[in-house]
Amino acid sequence: MPELLYREALNQALREEMRRDPRIFLMGEEVGFYNGAFKVSKGLLDEFGVRRVIDTPITEAGFTGVGIGAALVGLRPIIEMMTFNFAILALDQIVNNAVKIRYMSGGQLAVPIVIRGPGGPSRQLGAQHSQSLESLFCHIAGLSVVAPATPRDAKGLLKSAIRQNNPIIFIEGQELYSTKGDVPDGDYTIPIGRAEIKREGTDVTVIAWSKMLLLALRAAEQLARDGISAEVIDLRTLKPVDYDTLLGSVRKTGRAVIVEEGWEFCGLGAQIATDLYRRAFDAFDAPVERVTGYDVPMPYARHLEQQALPTAERVIEAVKKTLYR
Amino acid sequence: MAIRVVMPKLSDTMTEGVVIQWHKHEGDRVESGDTLAEIETDKAVMDLEAFGSGTLRKILVPDQSTVPAGQLIAVIAAPDEDITPLLAEAGKAPQPTAQPTTPPSATPTPKPRGPTAQPPSDLATKPPAVEVKASPLARRMAEEAGLDLAMITPTGPGGRVVKEDVEQALAARKAAPAAAVPAYEARPMSQIRKTIARKMIQSKAPVPHFYVTNEIDMERALTMKAELADRQAPIKVTITDMIVRALAITLTRFSQFNASFQDDAIRYHQSIHIGVAGLIVPVIRDCQRKGLIQIAEEARLLFERAKTRRLQPDEYTGATFSLSNLGMEDVEHFSAIITPPEAAVLAIGKIAQRPVVVDGRVAVRRRMMTTISCDHRVVDGLQAAKFLQALKHELEEPTGLLLP
Repeated sequence: MPELLYREALNQALREEMRRDPRIFLMGEEVGFYNGAFKVSKGLLDEFGVRRVIDTPITEAGFTGVGIGAALVGLRPIIEMMTFNFAILALDQIVNNAVKIRYMSGGQLAVPIVIRGPGGPSRQLGAQHSQSLESLFCHIAGLSVVAPATPRDAKGLLKSAIRQNNPIIFIEGQELYSTKGDVPDGDYTIPIGRAEIKREGTDVTVIAWSKMLLLALRAAEQLARDGISAEVIDLRTLKPVDYDTLLGSVRKTGRAVIVEEGWEFCGLGAQIATDLYRRAFDAFDAPVERVTGYDVPMPYARHLEQQALPTAERVIEAVKKTLYR
Repeated sequence: MAIRVVMPKLSDTMTEGVVIQWHKHEGDRVESGDTLAEIETDKAVMDLEAFGSGTLRKILVPDQSTVPAGQLIAVIAAPDEDITPLLAEAGKAPQPTAQPTTPPSATPTPKPRGPTAQPPSDLATKPPAVEVKASPLARRMAEEAGLDLAMITPTGPGGRVVKEDVEQALAARKAAPAAAVPAYEARPMSQIRKTIARKMIQSKAPVPHFYVTNEIDMERALTMKAELADRQAPIKVTITDMIVRALAITLTRFSQFNASFQDDAIRYHQSIHIGVAGLIVPVIRDCQRKGLIQIAEEARLLFERAKTRRLQPDEYTGATFSLSNLGMEDVEHFSAIITPPEAAVLAIGKIAQRPVVVDGRVAVRRRMMTTISCDHRVVDGLQAAKFLQALKHELEEPTGLLLP
């Protein structure tokens, strides 16, 4: 199996899907001539031309609205946010138009749109450009949210996202673009709404997504040296949550630690914890622990930034707490 | 003025005690010095006396409760006095453990119980149900396994029973033979049993034991014992008394056996206090100054009180050497565990008729095996051998036992 960078896997997905279906087009800031701010759309302009790879002005609300309109009339737009920090500008289009038109038209209209781009804090970009906003989108009724952590999942999930008929938020890990992994050749999809056990274990379930998966796996490796067997689950789709996989694991281990890079309050982890309690109360031997970014705007100073984000040590500490060690 | 009745702390080692039985009831008039209840410490059963007079207004813990030393267990006050502030204090104190301990009666008659389950005791004396904290998983596991959460030792924060604790309890149950139903009965340990368990670990693990055995001809000692009985000596002298006397003489010569290993020094004790092991160990003090008859007399009184567990603390502590006699139980020979900080203990087997060679001919003689267990940090094997030789001499030529 070829080893690809995360950004290359995404590029393959876009290219293969655009070849498969001429209704698909890509639109956003710098996606064409500049080959994408993070080079995800590299070479697409050359192959598909300016009618299908469209550079826009810096107008997130505008081009998201254009995308929604295009979807309504039968095209299948992929809207790239240079980063998800800027997607907030398009929130009205996403929340009030993309998500609600199908419902409000009594099913006469559909909005098959993918809104994708990098998310999550990155190094020393400052509070406005360095944040995890996935919980914000997860809160919206009717919106699906996907956040792959590996190149293989990135390609397979982007294909599934492009093929489904409802709006979907596809958050790529900004710090994952240069990570490598095995990616199957050619066409394959990974279903939306399915988590994956990335490391099997028996003592504790560690739930993570996107960049935090790598942190969780690192923590699990260190915990193994202490004789603690952590099962690490990559959520992959943040909404809808794959509770079957989570509950199966928690019923086995009796403990859960949820790791998320975003803020603690109203974070996705809180929702998952309460759902797990409600559905498997008898399974728990200890309260669910959460490891999150701190409830502060991301500091610019490097040492403070490092303090604000989850670390493997904090994950290990939380795991041990659930094990009463 | 209300009088607080608390679980007294009767020795340095006492952290908790058991209220065996209340002798007074709520509403009873009590006078200073009246026995309020019988309590069991880690060493003995004692009477808890009232320190003042009044009405026993409130009993805060039921019979058979284990209570930390210092905790309020009852209130004596004038009949109309407001005792709510005192009761509020009791509300804040840790609740007594609900586990009833084995009754300390001479002939315990435990009721049959399910595995680790609470005994189906008389409702009237059953302690109030205690809210047990447990993780949901532990609760479910215990329920599925038919275990009573209250009987599982919690290790989680704030006394929470967690999965591991239930697994421990299950493992303990599994370890018992499968054929018998119930597999075993878990009886809470008495305070004395707990103390023994703690002390034995303190001994056997850190103290390097070694053992030396010798056989002693007891013909003459037995003859002397019979003669003393015939002469109607003021008190009946037993073989144990004679061994204690022989030990006192021997220890005077071998002072290194009347010693304690303490940090970097060995303390050689000036007095010889000999403990005579049973469930509880009465101590005959200053044996170096006592004759055989005095030893016999003191021993008899001590043993009688030990049997009813009415010994005072100074009557069962402070031994410098111990003796353990299982001869009456048909034991050939055995080795005993040293009670720290003592340096040695002598184990006595039964006196039995054995064929021995005397003056070139086989004869039947009544003989006894003795084994001394020694702390090797204090004494060595050769010394132990010499010690036993000397002891053997004292018992085989027993006239010396009668000398002052």
